[in-house]
Amino acid sequence: MKTRNEKAWFLILPVLILVAFSAVVPLMTVVNYSVQDTFGNNVFFWAGLEWFDEMLRSERMWNALGRQLVFSGIILAIEVPLGIFVALHMPKKGVWASICLVLMALPLLIPWNVVGTIWQIFGRVDIGLLGHTLDSLGIDYNYTQGFYAAWITVIAMDVWHWTSLVALLAYAGLRSIPDAYYQAAKIDQATRLAVFRYIELPKMRGVLTIAILLRFMDSFKIYTEPFVLTGGGPGNATTFLSIDLVKMALGQFDLGPAAAFSLMYFLVIMVISYVFYIAMTNLDKEEGGA
Amino acid sequence: MAWMAWTWPTAAFFMVIAAILAVMSYLAIRYPETPRRGILGIETTRGDRLFISLLVAGFVNLAWLWAGLGTQWGALALSLVLAAGIFRTV
Repeated sequence: MKTRNEKAWFLILPVLILVAFSAVVPLMTVVNYSVQDTFGNNVFFWAGLEWFDEMLRSERMWNALGRQLVFSGIILAIEVPLGIFVALHMPKKGVWASICLVLMALPLLIPWNVVGTIWQIFGRVDIGLLGHTLDSLGIDYNYTQGFYAAWITVIAMDVWHWTSLVALLAYAGLRSIPDAYYQAAKIDQATRLAVFRYIELPKMRGVLTIAILLRFMDSFKIYTEPFVLTGGGPGNATTFLSIDLVKMALGQFDLGPAAAFSLMYFLVIMVISYVFYIAMTNLDKEEGGA
Repeated sequence: MAWMAWTWPTAAFFMVIAAILAVMSYLAIRYPETPRRGILGIETTRGDRLFISLLVAGFVNLAWLWAGLGTQWGALALSLVLAAGIFRTV
């Protein structure tokens, strides 16, 4: 008879304690803040659902959400096709394949605030290479004052930082296709487009799903890069959800509304994370069964 | 605990969640189950269905408040109906 040993449960205790202190307790505190009002000094007054009501009707929040969705939409529309394009044109084997992989991975290793600083300097008209060049070409470019300049810079920064991720994932998907598929396509005299449409794209479906979800989730939570680059400006032009949230919570010390806001933000992130989790586990099953 | 700014309604909320989790854990050990495929086309266990129900309840409550349909108990009732539906069909 097999003896059961339940001692292994104790091994997950450290994780439980860690999660309790890093996530559960802070989250509970946020929930408590969201139904109360405070003027500091740890004195609280019951507010009920007032903050949720206020936030749901707040033009400021809906605008920030709108900007956030536009931003995520634009970077996905650029990064996914560009990533696939890069992956299709990367060398398949040899020294150059390794060199390309390392070069592609470099931007991913740079911390967010450093990326923000790099682009902040890069785009400056007085000392930055990009800003100075554009200025001497006679283009009116100033990301601290121009709406379009700020948006283009923030998007270019994200594309620079994260297209590699999509490219590397797509590359991994492409590498896993056996040569026999390409040989069969050659025998059938398939065009390049047909090979892409009927062999490469279906084989990349799994990794692309993951890439899209990862990029959507990350861009939906983006804070550091635009904060360092534009600080949410000019005006509110690049004030995304998390930047607006920090302004509200720490800048204005409106803890109640900020807590209600962050709980709604949290719900949306939970839905996206769950979809991501389902997609990943289902892909595992499909690949395990195939 | 004072720094966490507890109130009775929020404490009750978390106690209910904790109680549901405890009951679900007990059921999972006492009556093991196999995942099944429902109308969403994904494999779900009771835990998945509970998670989806809680998420739906969150959005239903917010939508109720946004639409100004009156007392929040109505949203709770609607959430419970939807949760029953989710447990049966998803």
